[in-house]
Amino acid sequence: MTDLKTAATTPLGSVLAWLNTFRSRHASWIPVFAALLILVVMFGFAQWWFGNFLSPRLISALLLDNAFLLILAVGMTFVILTGGIDLSVGSVMAFTGILCASLVSQGVPAAIAVPLMILCGAGVGLLIGVLVHYFDVQPFIASLVGMFLARGLAFLVSLRSIDIEDQSILLLQSTRFKLGDWYITPTGIIALVVVIAGVLILQYTRFGRTIYAIGGNEQSARLMGLPVARTKILAYVISGICGGLAGLVLTAYQGSGYPLNGTGAELDTIAAVVIGGTLLTGGSGYVLGSMIGVFVYGTIAAFIAFLGAEQSWKRIIVGALLLVFVVVQRVIVTRSSRRS
Amino acid sequence: MDSAVPPLVEVVGATVRFQTETALSGVDFRMYPGEVHSLMGENGAGKSTLIKALTGALALDAGEVRLNGTPVRFRSPRDAQRAGIRTVYQEIDLLPNLSVAENIMLGREPRRYGAIDWTRVRSEARAALAELGLDIDPASQLSTHSLAVQQLVAIARALSTEVKVLVLDEPTSSLDLDEVAELFRVIRELKQRGVAILFVSHFLDQVYEICDRITVLRSGSLIGEYRIQELLRIDLVQKMLGRSPGEVTTRAPIAPAEKRAQTVLTGTGLTAKPGITNANIELVEGEVLGMAGLLGSGRTELARAITGVDRLDSGTLTVTATGGSPKTPREAIAHRVVYSPENRRTEGIIDRLSVEENIGLALQAQNGVLRRIPPARMRELAASWVEALGIRPADLDRPAGELSGGNQQKVMLARLLALSPRVLVLDEPTRGIDVGAKVDVQNLVGELADSGLSVVFISAELEEVLRVGHRVAILRDGVIVDTLASDGLTVDSLLALVAQPDENAE
Repeated sequence: MTDLKTAATTPLGSVLAWLNTFRSRHASWIPVFAALLILVVMFGFAQWWFGNFLSPRLISALLLDNAFLLILAVGMTFVILTGGIDLSVGSVMAFTGILCASLVSQGVPAAIAVPLMILCGAGVGLLIGVLVHYFDVQPFIASLVGMFLARGLAFLVSLRSIDIEDQSILLLQSTRFKLGDWYITPTGIIALVVVIAGVLILQYTRFGRTIYAIGGNEQSARLMGLPVARTKILAYVISGICGGLAGLVLTAYQGSGYPLNGTGAELDTIAAVVIGGTLLTGGSGYVLGSMIGVFVYGTIAAFIAFLGAEQSWKRIIVGALLLVFVVVQRVIVTRSSRRS
Repeated sequence: MDSAVPPLVEVVGATVRFQTETALSGVDFRMYPGEVHSLMGENGAGKSTLIKALTGALALDAGEVRLNGTPVRFRSPRDAQRAGIRTVYQEIDLLPNLSVAENIMLGREPRRYGAIDWTRVRSEARAALAELGLDIDPASQLSTHSLAVQQLVAIARALSTEVKVLVLDEPTSSLDLDEVAELFRVIRELKQRGVAILFVSHFLDQVYEICDRITVLRSGSLIGEYRIQELLRIDLVQKMLGRSPGEVTTRAPIAPAEKRAQTVLTGTGLTAKPGITNANIELVEGEVLGMAGLLGSGRTELARAITGVDRLDSGTLTVTATGGSPKTPREAIAHRVVYSPENRRTEGIIDRLSVEENIGLALQAQNGVLRRIPPARMRELAASWVEALGIRPADLDRPAGELSGGNQQKVMLARLLALSPRVLVLDEPTRGIDVGAKVDVQNLVGELADSGLSVVFISAELEEVLRVGHRVAILRDGVIVDTLASDGLTVDSLLALVAQPDENAE
């Protein structure tokens, strides 16, 4: 062990001491910084390549286009932190979206349809949570069940897309609060509010800390007397609620509900969360990291759109990035366990 | 028994059954305030079951638990904790991904306007740590600290609330002498405060030093409750084992190995930073080399270096018979040099695989994926080892994670012995296991050496190292200070050598 007392006298020594303390306190932030670095590098590279990539319009559009993914990523972060996974979010988003569109087109006021759709999302989440905790089903399978159920329900509501005429929902997307060339829509605000709520819950509530505890060692958490059952199920409910909110945002964005929405969105969400520095094994990760992951994803999409190349390249690049991140995470984890 | 003060906690007629097995049968147990009570018994005697029933982790099939005379029913550890019963488990049940402060305060974090007040979390944690004399950064992640420190944090957590009953399950297994002294100081202070303490440990010396009362269990039944002054050690062992002392053949001090025995392995100038520096080691056929040293002296690092688990920064390692120099565990096994790790639960046994699968694992790995050992042969092999080493319960299909510590160690040994090794490196093989199994393992090591195997035996218990080893290598701060014959040493002289500060220390 370095003798901090003697080492701190030299400037290099004090930097090393600071690094040591940082590493022992905040090691789990390192993958997040790595993600941020990648984002900055990507912006820099794109700006250099195109010359006009970094504009207020593009960055505002980045939030707008990916608001639904951001909301899904917050919910997914909660679930992955407990060591689980939620494959149903894309389907829940589609189901709640088409449900809302259907209800609204039949005259139900948005003030009733929207809470109802969120409730449905929560319901699917509750089902998955109960399967995972009380029936001891693997989260992968349990959420797969949710995914098929939600997709099926979406088709039950309607086989074709339904346009939204309701102004209150359409306004969520069309209203733009401008500040010079920068703009933000209510959907963007909803997404940011969800992010902030996620950060506050995970950092400042017992519920949030219990989520981290379950991801760290569920057995220990239970023996410590923490309410493991309630917390785990609630994590999936939150993911379901986020699915519902994302459904609202996507439906407003597209101006219609469509039962085939979000196919594969759950995988994009997981990719964003992992890129953002959350470990799939649970117990380590941050909502802010997932947000960065979503922006990385969005930037890749924007870059490819600028290039005029096919959108399939997006998936290939995201896949490659994901591979790099997972490998780097393994290295970091093995290094730190060797140390202790 | 004093009737003046009523017992704080009482368990009456406790019975617990696991399918066909009766773990506890009609056990009575009680704890008085301000007393340290020890629960003693062999593997499978029912100690952990009783503790789990007391702390709400398990429900009783019959019988009841009474707190201050009133029957209580704990539905979860949370209920027991709310009633003031706190436990520190043997396997550190904390959260490695959270900070030290958070681990101490988890579940009771102080809040301000509904949100966690992190400043108060850290200050209250610091106070709890200070009570135990621990000077560590409360904001640091728990996993960055050694097992010993983590154990003390677990104890700090238990102490940080209003505790009426404190259960300590093998609290000293990872602690060095200073840390044990500190813990005992805290225990005595708690006694003054009227806390009832349950101290479960296999270190008889410690039990006799700190405890006031002993309850002995055997095979799920109560043998008796005694005051410590009334029970001689030898009687205690007899009651635990149900055998007369003569039958428990503890090994007599080993006769020195014959001169000019064959060298099996040599290491010169072995360096693996930061663990060991410039170590010279020579292993001889038919000899047990003990390794003694304090925590952090490099014993495990040296063991891992000579078995190819860790990479050497410099130095040469030679297996005499083959001339080879193993750099990976696979190579080491090919040269028949095998390693039993310190952390048998995380680096040794595979919890979910059965006893049979665990035993045959290394052998199958050596054969490779394509050459499967026929199932009948595997079963026969496993069965013969289970019998030879006395692994209980003798159920080949039981997941190894369900066995007690002592039996898990035996399974580990069986796996390694199935490879017909010539060098067996054992890192803390008797840690956390009870007297009976400890003696079994020690005897086994002696027998293996007698049949020609070269064994390296690492243990924190100096008495054990002397009893089992022909020679003892003394380590300090990553350097082998000396290698001496064990019959010239006593526990005290060995302790002095191990603890002596270097003359050239900074």
